[in-house]
Amino acid sequence: MSLKGIPASPGIAVGKAFLFDTRQLIATEKDIKQDAISSEIARFEEALIKTRSEILAIQKKISHEMGTQHAEIFNAHLLVLEDRMLIEEVIEGLKKELKCVEYIFSKVIGKYIKVFSKMDDEYLKERTSDIEDVGKRILKNLIGAQEKTLSDLEEQVIVVAYDLSPSDTANMHKKNVIGFVTDIGGRTSHTAIMAKSLEIPAVVGLEKATVKIKTGDILIVDGADGIVIINPDKLTLKKYEAKQQKFVAFEKTLLDFKDTLAATIDGHRVEVSANIELPDEVSSVIAHGAEGIGLYRTEFLYMNRNDVPDEEEQFEAYKKVAAKLSKSPVIIRTLDLGGDKFLSQLKVPHEMNPFLGWRAIRFCLAKPEIFKVQLRAILRASVFGNVKIMFPMISGLGELRQAIKVLDEAKQELRNKKMNFNQDMEVGAMIEIPSAALTCDLLAKEVDFFSIGTNDLIQYSLAVDRANEKIAYLYRPTHPAVLRLIKNIIDSGHKENIWVGMCGEMAAESGFVLILLGLGLDEFSMSPVTIPEMKYVISNVKFEDARKIAEEAMTLPTGEEVEAFANKRLNELIPWLKKTKKQ
Amino acid sequence: MLIEKKLTIQNEQGLHARPAAIFVQIANKYESDIVVRKGRQEVNGKSIMGLLTLAAEKGAKLHIKANGPDAKEAVEDLEKVILGETP
Repeated sequence: MSLKGIPASPGIAVGKAFLFDTRQLIATEKDIKQDAISSEIARFEEALIKTRSEILAIQKKISHEMGTQHAEIFNAHLLVLEDRMLIEEVIEGLKKELKCVEYIFSKVIGKYIKVFSKMDDEYLKERTSDIEDVGKRILKNLIGAQEKTLSDLEEQVIVVAYDLSPSDTANMHKKNVIGFVTDIGGRTSHTAIMAKSLEIPAVVGLEKATVKIKTGDILIVDGADGIVIINPDKLTLKKYEAKQQKFVAFEKTLLDFKDTLAATIDGHRVEVSANIELPDEVSSVIAHGAEGIGLYRTEFLYMNRNDVPDEEEQFEAYKKVAAKLSKSPVIIRTLDLGGDKFLSQLKVPHEMNPFLGWRAIRFCLAKPEIFKVQLRAILRASVFGNVKIMFPMISGLGELRQAIKVLDEAKQELRNKKMNFNQDMEVGAMIEIPSAALTCDLLAKEVDFFSIGTNDLIQYSLAVDRANEKIAYLYRPTHPAVLRLIKNIIDSGHKENIWVGMCGEMAAESGFVLILLGLGLDEFSMSPVTIPEMKYVISNVKFEDARKIAEEAMTLPTGEEVEAFANKRLNELIPWLKKTKKQ
Repeated sequence: MLIEKKLTIQNEQGLHARPAAIFVQIANKYESDIVVRKGRQEVNGKSIMGLLTLAAEKGAKLHIKANGPDAKEAVEDLEKVILGETP
């Protein structure tokens, strides 16, 4: 069986599936035949035995760590687990309804939960959670999802999940993950960005991957075409193994271009740099020939912990990267939490529209005591390399001025303490909100550079949630509205003599790069792995041709036409690329 | 052999929590089928969920019915739990 989703990170992975499900467990209703009853009962017994040993293990651990008193509750769990009425009702239900055991079981346990939660007696009411707890464990063992985190993977696996959050991937045992497959998400969701930075294939937005795939299934993940094949036959397996080898060879060939100068045939020079999520990625940045770091995300410092990182810790993290890159620029983006990323220790209230909510610069300006710690750490790190600072999610000049004011205060605090920092550190604004894109003539007068964050700019301009796979088809970087905004940002920046970069995924698509190059974009920042390909593209076209392509693209009425046109011109100008990629 | 007995719960906590758990554990030691009835509600005495759904508090009247080779011993033991003695 094969599933079609959204290609999120190229490459081919073949391996065992690992179902990583953190959502509520839902048993799907499935009919069974009369002769399957006994095997369904056997599955039920197996799940009960497994649940029992799990509970005993937890009980032992708790009683060891906290005393037998606290472990008492698990006796009640064991009683529920071994309850005759419950077991008999499930078996009766199986025979009568001829539905799969997980469905019958969740129905029976649901009935008890309802009865208990309605009781007048407080004590009995509280027992509802015990029953729920045991019920979930049994159901989990029936469905086959495992309670492991991604930190203790013992073998190489392809992670199959509903969605992967930054905290899931932060704890992940990276060496043992060879691919990602998720139900939701788009090309710019966290899963996709993470997969690219790890250089592993990923397919997202598959809708029902977690239902169709079980732990242990053999999967083929084709991250370029967005295809996932479940338990393939030998022939298919062979075909994809050959394709995998070709892809690896292609990547290797491209790597030869990593040190190519990012200049067009006729001498127009641009900069190609890398986006990073973690300081460890610096080695990959250097290995792929990046000229600097165009986006250093700092959220990792704040995630999966119970306190806020102090100035020293942040300073060390920024200094490490700045020093390693020495003279090459490192653009540090200030905290961009909110939206799909949130802080565990800062109680950020649940929001209906997190992407339009209290996040990034809005959050930082409301919490200057947290913001200033980061600003001082970045300023201090600026002595050790070519550090620049960038504010995310600026919506207009007022907000930008406020952020710069806090930065000035942080500078004064350092001066008072006689601490060193680069007085001339460049300050930039990320342009990712349409209101900023439309008023960047005003913003350009007060910053040293712009960096276009296309992932959010597209999402906000087109009103398309980039994690929602049902509307993924509407997420189009080449939509005329997006192109016009980008052109306006670049032109306004150049008018004030500041440089304009891009740190969204759009900068890593060969066809789009031709248009962006032609519009005059100065810096292209992307996942390290795509750098050699973009350098190859840039160094194999004439700036004159790129300008004509951009000019014509601006006249086309739909995003589809722009995309088709750009790819057609790419193939005409650099036929080798497609030929080598597809082979 | 069928043994039936009418009892009033003496235990302060009623037939909740630990007493219910102990009741079920003891009931499960016997081969006989055990049924507990409160008013019109009848449940399997070997089931904690069943027993708890009776919501039997102190003073509630219960019928215990055991049917099997060891019914007599079973009822004697279970009676102790209902009367608040640890068997």
